[in-house]
Amino acid sequence: MENTSTQFTKAPAARIRKPVVISSVLLILLALTAGAYAKPLTITITQGIEAALPIAVVPFRVSGAVPPSEDLAQIVSNDLVRTGQFKAFPVKDMLSKPTDPATIKYQNWRILGVESLVIGQVENTGPDNYTISFWLQDVFQAKQMVAYKIPATSKTLRAAAHKISDIVYEQLTGVKGAFSTRIAYVTAEGDFREKRYSLWIADSDGENAQEILRSKEPIMSPSWSPDGKRIAYASLEQGGAQKVYIQNWQTTEREQVKTPLSGLHGAPSWSPKGDKLAFTITKNGNADIYTLHLKTQKMRKLTTHWAIDTEPVWTPDGGSIIFTSDRGGRPQLYRVAADGGKPRRLTFEGRENLKAAVSPDGKMIAMVHDSGNGNGYQIATMELDSGAMQILTEGRLDESPSFAPNGSMIIYATTGRRGELAAVSVDGKIKQSLSYQEDVREPAWSPFNN
Amino acid sequence: MMKVITRMTLATVPAIFLLFVLLAGCGTTGEVEDQASAETSASASTEASEPASTERADDQTATAEPMEPQTQMDPFEDPNNLLSQRVVYFDFDSSAIRDDALPVIRAHADYLASNSQVNFTLEGHADERGTREYNLALGERRADAVRRLLIANGVSPAQVRVVSYGEERPAVLGHDESAWSMNRRAELVYANR
Repeated sequence: MENTSTQFTKAPAARIRKPVVISSVLLILLALTAGAYAKPLTITITQGIEAALPIAVVPFRVSGAVPPSEDLAQIVSNDLVRTGQFKAFPVKDMLSKPTDPATIKYQNWRILGVESLVIGQVENTGPDNYTISFWLQDVFQAKQMVAYKIPATSKTLRAAAHKISDIVYEQLTGVKGAFSTRIAYVTAEGDFREKRYSLWIADSDGENAQEILRSKEPIMSPSWSPDGKRIAYASLEQGGAQKVYIQNWQTTEREQVKTPLSGLHGAPSWSPKGDKLAFTITKNGNADIYTLHLKTQKMRKLTTHWAIDTEPVWTPDGGSIIFTSDRGGRPQLYRVAADGGKPRRLTFEGRENLKAAVSPDGKMIAMVHDSGNGNGYQIATMELDSGAMQILTEGRLDESPSFAPNGSMIIYATTGRRGELAAVSVDGKIKQSLSYQEDVREPAWSPFNN
Repeated sequence: MMKVITRMTLATVPAIFLLFVLLAGCGTTGEVEDQASAETSASASTEASEPASTERADDQTATAEPMEPQTQMDPFEDPNNLLSQRVVYFDFDSSAIRDDALPVIRAHADYLASNSQVNFTLEGHADERGTREYNLALGERRADAVRRLLIANGVSPAQVRVVSYGEERPAVLGHDESAWSMNRRAELVYANR
């Protein structure tokens, strides 16, 4: 990135909720409540690192007739703190609140131990137009690291703030920020015999949760299309028969993924190019993995074994698929070429290993791991080259790992008093809890660019 | 059993199970009810005792129709009839039919084979351990194991529909073996029952 002001002409921050088009297909079975908002997920750091970077995000100067509805500096500060890698200097303890680089007294910030400073301005430039300017300053070198102008409307203010967080995070850590991403998850409410299930899409900070599907039957295994526009998932809404659906989460339009085969269809996973879907078809006591080209409808049977083969996931190069199989007696992870071939076993450590997620760089997998010593199921990672395994969590029923698109964190489902979500950094040092007022499960972190 | 399970509250589940265990082992129904109600909370006992309610009707309400000795009880409601048992239990990560399930499955096979117009659904279930999709496949495998045995005993494949709920629909809440053992199951669900 250059140290000059850059116009964000292509800023995907402009993503907003579009007016909802309700497909008539949806109305038949499901009471759709797209556009409904629930209490957001509450994200708290349960374990951070000692060497967290001290940063100060000074409240932005507001000018113009219509002040912004969001406190951008607060959103940026919360984003950075939530990673566990930053500690924010309290606004109330700030000796001065500069909003222009020329007025910064670096010495004052050095004394306070602040290493990085974010300042900014929000100018109301039209009926619903804002121009956000911000600067990231290196306090010890007393110089500017980056500065940007971002245009926004009232509906994209939060997205603009996340964009600022992305830029600041990348400047200071060298890793691309994942604040402008989203998470999909499933909630289950009500008595355990009469649950109501919902599929949600929320911003990565838990805000703007949008319910895109509601059903009396279980919903599971959401998988993002690589362009972030669609979600594939499995639903039991057809009288308990599991089927796979693809839904555009903004328009909420959807279609069932139909194949010539009867049987239960589940565990969908999108290929990295977005042209194919891998999934499981279960029939006559046997679950096997198939791939389907979504345009040509060409289908390929990838596994042929009496065992349960399920939970396929593509490697980022699209060349192979990692899946769960109990062909060795207990469920373990196997790898097979995406165009077919003999599967090879990947995991040997532990009694069971299930439901792999592949890191964005393709070097590591996360999985649900049962060591066999009576501790239940935790999230573990394994480097694919060395086979080195690390257990990252301490729950008894941790499941559904999903990597952040920058590879920094793994979000997963865990059980406390009820189903909750949690996230852990890939080195295990930083932990977050994401709680909701009801059971929440099956998290899936979106790709970039959505 | 199925009908009872869908209605009962969480607190009554162990009591119901106990009731059936006792029913299987005891000679007279009256004795069973006494023992069961001792284990059952007051609020739960009305629901819990439902399977035997037709037998008790004349004791409880003056307006009840007199029981005629030769009246045939609905075999699906008669706790002494194996058809009243519609749940088959499994061992951990296994779809092997246990010996203790064979009499129940045979009883249903006989009924279904001689009532070929009757359709039914087999629902497979798993305990909460392991992942959701693996458990969904495991539940299907369990339901299919029951299906195969029914077909081997004369039931037409056209009568059967198999679905799986995996770990999504536990019969009993809990995070220990006593709950898990009740959740690893296949249920025979007859239409209109």
